[in-house]
Amino acid sequence: MADSAPKPSSSVKLVLLGEAAVGKSSLVLRFVSNDFQENKEPTIGAAFLTQKCNLPTRTIKFEIWDTAGQERFASLAPMYYRNAQAALVVYDLTKPTSLIKAKHWVAELQRQASPGIVIALVGNKLDLTNDGAAGGGAAGAGACDDDDAAAAAGEDAAGDARKITTEEAKEYADEEGLLFFETSAKTGYNVTEVFTAIANAIPETSLKTNRGPGAAHGARHEQPGIDLGRQDDGASRDNCAC
Amino acid sequence: MVREAEAETTSDGPAKVTPDTSAPPDPPDPPPPSPPPPPLPPRRILSTEGAAPSKPTTAVSSIDIATLSFPDGSRGTFTAATQAVSTPSASGYVTPSRDAADLSDAMSIMSFAPTMRPPGDLASLVAGGLHRKSRAWNLLRAQAEAVQPFESIELGAPGDLAGFEREFDDIPADQPDDVRMAIWKSKMKHYMILSSAGKPIYSRHGDLSLVNGYMGVVQTIISFYEGANDPLLGLTAGNVRFVIAIEGPLYLVAISKLGESDAQLRSQLEALYMQILSTLTLPKLQHIFAHRPSTDLRKPLEGTESLLSSLADSFTRGSPSTLLGALECLRLRKSQRHAITSVFLKSRSEKLLYGLIVAGGRLVSVVRPRKHSLHPSDLQLIFNMLFESGNIKAGGGESWIPLCLPAFNNRGYLYMYVSFFEDEGAETEPNAPAGHAATSDDIALILISPDKESFYDLKEMRDKLAAQLTKAGHLAIIRSAAREGRPTVQSVAPGAQIAHFLYKSRANVQFCMSSLDALSSPPSPPSPGITTTTTTTTTTTTTTTTTTTTTTTPPSTAPEALLTRRRLMTLYHDLHAAAHAKHAHLRVLHAVADDAASLAWTTPVFELYCVAGPNVSRAAMAQAANRIAQWARREEERLFIIGGGVF
Repeated sequence: MADSAPKPSSSVKLVLLGEAAVGKSSLVLRFVSNDFQENKEPTIGAAFLTQKCNLPTRTIKFEIWDTAGQERFASLAPMYYRNAQAALVVYDLTKPTSLIKAKHWVAELQRQASPGIVIALVGNKLDLTNDGAAGGGAAGAGACDDDDAAAAAGEDAAGDARKITTEEAKEYADEEGLLFFETSAKTGYNVTEVFTAIANAIPETSLKTNRGPGAAHGARHEQPGIDLGRQDDGASRDNCAC
Repeated sequence: MVREAEAETTSDGPAKVTPDTSAPPDPPDPPPPSPPPPPLPPRRILSTEGAAPSKPTTAVSSIDIATLSFPDGSRGTFTAATQAVSTPSASGYVTPSRDAADLSDAMSIMSFAPTMRPPGDLASLVAGGLHRKSRAWNLLRAQAEAVQPFESIELGAPGDLAGFEREFDDIPADQPDDVRMAIWKSKMKHYMILSSAGKPIYSRHGDLSLVNGYMGVVQTIISFYEGANDPLLGLTAGNVRFVIAIEGPLYLVAISKLGESDAQLRSQLEALYMQILSTLTLPKLQHIFAHRPSTDLRKPLEGTESLLSSLADSFTRGSPSTLLGALECLRLRKSQRHAITSVFLKSRSEKLLYGLIVAGGRLVSVVRPRKHSLHPSDLQLIFNMLFESGNIKAGGGESWIPLCLPAFNNRGYLYMYVSFFEDEGAETEPNAPAGHAATSDDIALILISPDKESFYDLKEMRDKLAAQLTKAGHLAIIRSAAREGRPTVQSVAPGAQIAHFLYKSRANVQFCMSSLDALSSPPSPPSPGITTTTTTTTTTTTTTTTTTTTTTTPPSTAPEALLTRRRLMTLYHDLHAAAHAKHAHLRVLHAVADDAASLAWTTPVFELYCVAGPNVSRAAMAQAANRIAQWARREEERLFIIGGGVF
């Protein structure tokens, strides 16, 4: 983890939004600790986690805000997406209403979040569909390697809980200029790819501008003993520009 | 101390001694004692040793059967035709030595020579001589005292708690309705919350479609009395007690077969209501129903069912914290706690309102503004969220949670920063969440602020604090204290024969208790008079039971441990209810049943409850209680947080 490589490192504030119980926390858990829990309890409020993503030319440190999906927390969302450089809008591809909610979130982000925000639309719970195990349904902005396996998965309808077709969601994502993935937090399929794609999609310029004040912020608070308890994130302790 | 207090309650003092006419003449042979009187169900037999003079004082039961339980589970029962023939105090022959060395029941019996009894009590004259205790009888008694509470109850025996081990299982969704309904009805404890318009909000067991009909009935009954301006508080049907609390637009109902008092059930309902307020705040709740009385509150409460259920289950398992309305602290040296608190205060952020360090549901340190203190019921909600339900810890990372602390202010939200300190010894990835609900030695830092934008300030404070606590070794101290667990009775009062105790410091609104694991395992050390052979038999029986429990499943989930805990808590609930009954004005209460003996002792400073095996004498319990009270006084600053860090 604590690689003090000479690669430039910058932090990216990322927020997860979406209806309750679509699997936001499970995606984060998969990405951060490569773990999965059945019947996970709902998130209360929001959880803050960090994880690094190594790209060939640089290291991105994600500062992830995993928000609770319940309606009563909706009014707190601006606090989390303000100044975010990336957002993951998640829906459950076995539940049509969750895509509608996702579209609302996309609209709100486009209206109120930072102009350059990178938004990824993610359809989760691919394991519940027929193409789940093989993981065929993935499309979109790069990062997927086994599209061809999907064809073999066949179309037998038995046990397929999919309610939202890949085409429908993909078409919407293209219209709005979003990254698009179908994932399974349970099997881990496509999860890292989502975050890698986001890391790649963040424009260099926005990283630069973020990094300046971020590093300054860190330096300003440098105190003896401050990094003793922080084995987790090494040298960069920038809180972005909040 | 005890004796003084007792003397006060015993207004009629030594005068009224129950002479027992046919107590055991000779000790029966231990293993197969005289066949017990046939059909009495085990829990119903109330017993004392020999004939305790406890009737006029504080024993809850009158005595007619004396039972001795032996470690092998067999029991000897002796009927004693208890005639309340009292020795007239005016006779001048009353025992002068009530305050003398030993208050043993047997001794007080022995101190009445048969000749002192009024003429006419011929039976007792005859029997009197037989009270002289033979050596064998003493041995037998000594062995019987080693019987642990509840040990005489066989697991799975038809009793009050049959099926309790399945209490927390879900009702399977794939069964036909009548099967599901039968399972639902077999649950010993139900909590239901509905709106005054009759809309179901929450039920601990069964999905709402299953229990909807019952909710309707409940609503009809409550509304009927509401309409008559004569609110229904509770009702009894068979062995089931219903208690109803009406909180604004909400009806809360507790349905219990566990024998809690109304006041206790009501305080449990109050806690569930507080949980709802903590999610919504009072104005929001009122607003929702003022707007549309038929609102379905499940939507705004979405995601908090698990909090309500974990709270409800902690009551069903038995929560000393709720029973006593107090908090438990982690036992630490005074200097250590002081050092931790001063580091805490030093790294305080401007935005901080309250700060807490909590290890496994036990408070380590508190910092607070001078003019605000923390209310136990608010902390109970927080602890429940962090340590009982999996919502926070399971997600990993740091959490930022809006919540209302109703006892602090039920009209607005505060914002709570939560971070669990990773175990630096464990080989976990720096950011890896444990992936499970918090365990007993998880250390959480809780920082509460009124400012919803203060997350990064508090996070910075956490980083500073964590660095300093780690550097000074405080975290390791906390962790080892948490792992050490609660003290055993033997470490508190060596040689005491009691099995468990609860001690509440009234001024600090905090309590401490002895280790629960000890209940099912170690036998109390043999009393002086015991022979080697009996000792071995005792220990072997006890250890075999222990090993079977521990090898199969962890003790906390093992059905036996669950049952023992519930039995213990039921006993404490009974004691607490009796000691706090209106107009009771009791200071000491000693109760004996065939499965356990218990003692409650309340003073303006503390409340002490302890439980021992069924044959432990009152004197032994009183002595142990005394020593626990002394210990608690001596250790006060270790056991309790006095004041906390104030800024």
